Amino acid sequence: MMSLRRDELAVAGSGIAAVGLLSLLPLFSDGFALSFGVNLMLYVAMCTAWALFSGPTRLVSLASAAFFGVGTYSVALGLDSLPFPVLIAIAALSSAALAGLVGAATLRLSGVYFVIFTLGLAELIRQVVAWSQSRFAHKMGLYVFTDFTERDLYWMLLALTTLVFGVGWLINRSRLGFALRIIGDDETVARHVGIATARAKIVLFMTSGAFIGVAGAIVAPRYAYIEPQAAFNPMISFLVVIMALLGGTRRLWGPLVGVIPFTIVMEFITARFPNHSSVVIGITFLAIVYLLPDGITGLIEGMRDRIRRRTAAGTGIEAPDAIEEKAA
Amino acid sequence: MQIIVTGTLLGGTYALIALGLTLQYGAARIMNLANGETLVAACFVSFWLFTATGVNPLLGMVVIAPMALVINWLIYAWLLRPLVRRAKNRGMLEVDSILATFGLLFLLQGLMLLGFGGAYFSYRFLAEPFLILGEPYGLNRVVAFVAAVIVASLLYLFLYHTRQGTAVRAVAVDPASARLVAIDVARTAAFAFALGGALTACGGTLLSTFYTFNASMGVIFTMKALIIVIMGGVGDVRGATLAALILGVTETAVASLIDPGLTLAANYALFVLVLLFRPQGILGRASA
Amino acid sequence: MSAATVLSVAHARKAFGGLIAVNDVSFDVGAGELIGLIGPNGSGKTTMLNLISGALRPTSGEIRLAGTRISGLAPEKVARIGIARTFQLVRVLPSMTAIENVMAGAVFARNRLWGPPARDFAGGLLARVGLTGRESSPVADMTYIDQKRVELARALAADPRLLLLDEWLAGLNPSELLIGIDLIRDISREGRTIIMVEHVMDAIRTLCSRCVVMNSGVKIADGPAASVLADPDVIRAYLGDDDA
Repeated sequence: MMSLRRDELAVAGSGIAAVGLLSLLPLFSDGFALSFGVNLMLYVAMCTAWALFSGPTRLVSLASAAFFGVGTYSVALGLDSLPFPVLIAIAALSSAALAGLVGAATLRLSGVYFVIFTLGLAELIRQVVAWSQSRFAHKMGLYVFTDFTERDLYWMLLALTTLVFGVGWLINRSRLGFALRIIGDDETVARHVGIATARAKIVLFMTSGAFIGVAGAIVAPRYAYIEPQAAFNPMISFLVVIMALLGGTRRLWGPLVGVIPFTIVMEFITARFPNHSSVVIGITFLAIVYLLPDGITGLIEGMRDRIRRRTAAGTGIEAPDAIEEKAA
Repeated sequence: MQIIVTGTLLGGTYALIALGLTLQYGAARIMNLANGETLVAACFVSFWLFTATGVNPLLGMVVIAPMALVINWLIYAWLLRPLVRRAKNRGMLEVDSILATFGLLFLLQGLMLLGFGGAYFSYRFLAEPFLILGEPYGLNRVVAFVAAVIVASLLYLFLYHTRQGTAVRAVAVDPASARLVAIDVARTAAFAFALGGALTACGGTLLSTFYTFNASMGVIFTMKALIIVIMGGVGDVRGATLAALILGVTETAVASLIDPGLTLAANYALFVLVLLFRPQGILGRASA
Repeated sequence: MSAATVLSVAHARKAFGGLIAVNDVSFDVGAGELIGLIGPNGSGKTTMLNLISGALRPTSGEIRLAGTRISGLAPEKVARIGIARTFQLVRVLPSMTAIENVMAGAVFARNRLWGPPARDFAGGLLARVGLTGRESSPVADMTYIDQKRVELARALAADPRLLLLDEWLAGLNPSELLIGIDLIRDISREGRTIIMVEHVMDAIRTLCSRCVVMNSGVKIADGPAASVLADPDVIRAYLGDDDA
């Protein structure tokens, strides 16, 4: 378990190859495709990070917009005085701190409290930020001017996504990952085999939150002018949940499978029917609950298992005959 | 003083909305995040009744409440009962119902946005001063409060003094044991969900008489109702009423003393205090 | 308290609102003992077990494991100090294989194994409870007794100072029961200290050197199994006043 198995090496190899190929995209396109690539990469990073926590614990976190906004504001506030990499680190730390506070207040209690608390979290922070800006700085937003091009943002997001996958993979192989699987199955058993369940959940929520905060920090230069309304847009939280669940959260690469089709559909909807996006999101949520409870990857794996079982059952029926024939 | 009276008047309406949610979550075991959409829909219906046909919103409630009852019953029967049947345990039902009602939230909100746009609506109903302790208050707010008290009292009488109401409370405490004393749990849960929807719709109708509303504000009210329900203790009717009044007063105080933009922050402050110190609710006894 | 005392319960009391489920119960368990905790339904046996394992916090009183105070600690802390348990209604981890279930016991508690050593250790325990070759079977597909074996192996994987069995023999058919009794006897002979809550009296008679009897939350008898089971108070508790 501690050393690499052959299939793990294969996955790691193809992962590296995929990252290599994806990093070439900006060399071929710098228009629509690149901008779409940035969107896609942003949501792949955020959804995968979200699923790190919400997948195994089955706790639906709606705090993504809050972490995203905290990351964005970390850059916007510090851009004049500190270098960008430092701001990224600050974004990670402050998002993790926020996740730690939220986790400490709610994760020791039942899951519903957590969902409700995160539901309004982004709006809460937005109100506080907007109020302190108008009260103390007498302005509505902040300017973010950098030399970063869309291409740089794409590469940074790709690096972040790679990092999220790497960390997710390490967690899955660690005691923490095993502990989370046990918690997901039966929290009572988890505690009685010696797992500090609340601490494990808080640590993971902080990790997940930090990544989403960094994603917000990286795309901050894209906005040029940052207002609380845009940085803490609650829609971000819902989009992250919906795409990750659409793909499925049982596998590390599950959310990726959901992000791609949904981003394409949303791109189309917002271009053609801008007033219908809520309805589309609503229907997708309902479709996930009723038709795809384990996401697209869950559906595919379920079908594969069924086929495998059917072939196994087929041989199982034939086997006794074969033995009888031999006996005869 | 003015803050306390205004806050209490507001709290009355909040109480109705939260009572609806606490019935839905406490008895029917559905965390209905689309609760606020029922409220907004009721606002629009009363708006339309009042402006197009001149029907008094208080009379309108007589039409709107049964309508909400039927619609919520259908929602439960069609959308939520399959989830109840499929769930292996309470945790699974919680996750499923949260996600399904999210879907409902966006769907209903989207439809209302298509129908009415994002604009704010209001109408003038009993917009005249009413003196309490020498201070003027909107008569519509006072009337809404009185109506809320009447509806809440009817609910209390129903829950504590009728067979059907006792069945609802029994299911809230323990569905498995309720089944043993010949209560039709599935029907009672559906009824509790529908009744909860009707209460929230009453709250919405009353709210529309003095509040400016728009198609996308449902979530904010769901949030408030959730905080009230948790503060009061899930399924606790008296606790929810008290919590609604506390929330109304706190909100009014923060809005008038600090900044109206910080009302949600005020709600959250209360929420955090409750979670940290009394997660079982303000009136709830510490369990085991 | 002698050096060989593994568990000591002193004046433990647990109230749920007005109901007192465990009322001022005290007893000690010595190293290597296999004691039966018995009593009629609702007498507070499982509550007592929950107080020891940390699932519930006593209203008052003190529980010590090998001298360390464990009453009031969270179950994960109690597990790390050295108590493992099985559950009245078997609780396996449904999404995992048999060996992963057992490893869950070996990784986080007293035995902090990880990687191949944890896997080997868990494999040995599966063989120990009679499930050789079933390592990669999904537990969800296993029979009731096999799930119970997995649960027992998981508890043993923690190498606990004290093992709590909550009606581990309940629901087994007569032939499975014999296998189960033999298994518990073997584990006890290895020197493991065990408390078993049980309704199967034959098992109590054959296995336990000593019995603690509870009724309505109070300890009513404590002593060698044979004499305790013949005690008129105990018989009255089980059969009711009229029959005694």
